[in-house]
Amino acid sequence: MNLDLYRTEYTKARARRPKGEPPALAERRDEALSRFLELGFPTTRHEEWRFTSVAPIADQPFAPAPPLVGDVCPVDVTPFRFHGVCAAELVFVDGHYVPSLSTRAALLGGARAGSLAAAIAGHAPEIDPFLARVAAFERAPFVALNTALFADGAYVHVPAHTVLEHPVHLLFVSTGGGAAHGSPLLMSHPRVLAVLGDNSQASIVETYAGPDGMRYFTNPVTEIVLGQNAVVVHYKLQRESSEAYHVGTMSVRASRSANCASHSVSAGGALVRNDVVAVLAGEGGECALNGLYLADRQRLVDNHTTIDHATAHCGSREIYKGILADRARGVFNGKIIVRPDAQKTDAKQTNRALLLSEDAQVNSKPELEIFANDVKCTHGAAVGQLDEDAVFYLRSRGLGLAEARHMLIHAFLGDVLQRMPLAPVREGIERVVARQLARALDAAA
Amino acid sequence: MLTVRNLHARVSGRDILRGIDLSIMFGEVHAIMGPNGSGKSTLARVLAGHPEYEVTEGEVLFEGEDLLGMDPETRARVGVFMAFQYPVEIPGVNNAYFLKAALNTVRKHRGLEELDAMDFMTLIRERMKQLDMDESFLNRPVNEGFSGGEKKRNEIFQMAVLEPKLGILDETDSGLDIDALRIVADGVNAMRSAERSFLVVTHYQRLLNYIVPDVVHVLTDGRIVRSGGKELALELEDKGYSWLEEPVGKR
Repeated sequence: MNLDLYRTEYTKARARRPKGEPPALAERRDEALSRFLELGFPTTRHEEWRFTSVAPIADQPFAPAPPLVGDVCPVDVTPFRFHGVCAAELVFVDGHYVPSLSTRAALLGGARAGSLAAAIAGHAPEIDPFLARVAAFERAPFVALNTALFADGAYVHVPAHTVLEHPVHLLFVSTGGGAAHGSPLLMSHPRVLAVLGDNSQASIVETYAGPDGMRYFTNPVTEIVLGQNAVVVHYKLQRESSEAYHVGTMSVRASRSANCASHSVSAGGALVRNDVVAVLAGEGGECALNGLYLADRQRLVDNHTTIDHATAHCGSREIYKGILADRARGVFNGKIIVRPDAQKTDAKQTNRALLLSEDAQVNSKPELEIFANDVKCTHGAAVGQLDEDAVFYLRSRGLGLAEARHMLIHAFLGDVLQRMPLAPVREGIERVVARQLARALDAAA
Repeated sequence: MLTVRNLHARVSGRDILRGIDLSIMFGEVHAIMGPNGSGKSTLARVLAGHPEYEVTEGEVLFEGEDLLGMDPETRARVGVFMAFQYPVEIPGVNNAYFLKAALNTVRKHRGLEELDAMDFMTLIRERMKQLDMDESFLNRPVNEGFSGGEKKRNEIFQMAVLEPKLGILDETDSGLDIDALRIVADGVNAMRSAERSFLVVTHYQRLLNYIVPDVVHVLTDGRIVRSGGKELALELEDKGYSWLEEPVGKR
């Protein structure tokens, strides 16, 4: 493993940082680098990475992706946009904010959405208490790496009592560096900080995309802080290139009576790991983690979720569903921690996977750590193939084989998709899912 | 309409049908009776094209066409319908959506115009009334959480919507109380016509009081051992199947 590369890159990155970066943050970054160098890239000997080898990332040299020259993006970002739906659409190319591709039309009530680097340089008051303090990196090497190396990302601030009716779309596009042969693969470490004040509400959509066939490494970290009674609906649509490596973490901390819904959709990438960590830090908090993943060929998608019930009277609902074709592999690990004080916790977890071929595989593990005694915690897992009796039933009524299979697969995914509250975003996601499914089904047929 | 010649079929390596000969004319209702394990349901499933059953010998002609050469959806489109003995629950697929897709596929195949949502609903409501079904049923997933009786009624309802030429009822009467049985039988009787035939597979004579057959066949050990008029069913009810165990024409 070539950790020296990252030490060198860190030195270079530090020299490039704008002068305005607060000393406390610089210290956190130094700590994060040290921690990353201590931890190194995880191997399958680590329990958290047992089924997911990141050797392809550890063993190849990556170079940080430079900003665009003259704002000319070699990749057409149009297909990745959510047209006419969003209050703001911030576009990042290889981790760098590109104002000319972004729109920030109608943010009301003093809400902000913009470049994180600019917010840091401008000493936005939410930076110091929250940035790099929600997503813990002590035991998370990729979070440590991002914290050390992130150049830019998004900063979203919704003041108390403000409701954003339309979503904020954060679009992270990787170019893969063009076709230059022999040049090193590119990596980016986008960072998102969203702070929602008391009684505020917002929807945030993150898209990660790249041109098919390009190989690159994206390592994003998102931190979301919810004030009392704040509501966030968060979408992550991962539609990276089929050759890309994507290791991302989303960490949310919810105060009293706050409500967080996370919808994670993984449709692209060769090696994908999504970590979602939700800490219910105040009484009466609610959190829903929904996920959907699709993989074909030899791709791997790993979803690790942690719901930390740190206080009493909180509820969590989790449903993850996956479809795997060819020789694809899926991993689901759902940890629910119920702390000693978290009485009256009501937690429910479901995860199901549908295997479309004999060679597809899923490793699924619920992990319940319950330290309180008056709680309701349930979990269920099921892995199976398409129900052949159901296929025959539909065919016996005249539907073709492909149509019957399609109907059943959509039914399988339906309850996850239906939980997404924003219709235009949901429909966009449905189209991405349908395309990916059609490809997987073609391969399976 | 339907000609079955020397049909042999097996499932999981076991021979079940051992030479079935059967001929159904337009407008006729034939009943297949027989003890458990005689192959009644196998015959129904082979005709519908269930992939688990392997035909090893013989042929089946439907309006002169080779039925066995068609996949299950083609059989449905040309007009063969089987009401399942155990209808499958399909969570997440709603009844109305499924039935509209099925009906329009079938109509398209028969050269009819596809129905739009409005015409479809008109047709559906009429058929539902016939079978005394609640409208809430349309938005429920196919067969999920249905009682046994509701499932069977749903099969007949689907048949009434898809309007096949040949309806095969695979033990549709099993597990029905008398009221449900009457509703199901009324549904079938309303569909009887000179252009439509039925093959009614049943274990009990009771159903045949309501759906009166033209011909009754007795199936034992994979062969038809006796055929006769509707009075044969009554005789079976009286004497049981054992007096037929040694087939008349046994070689």
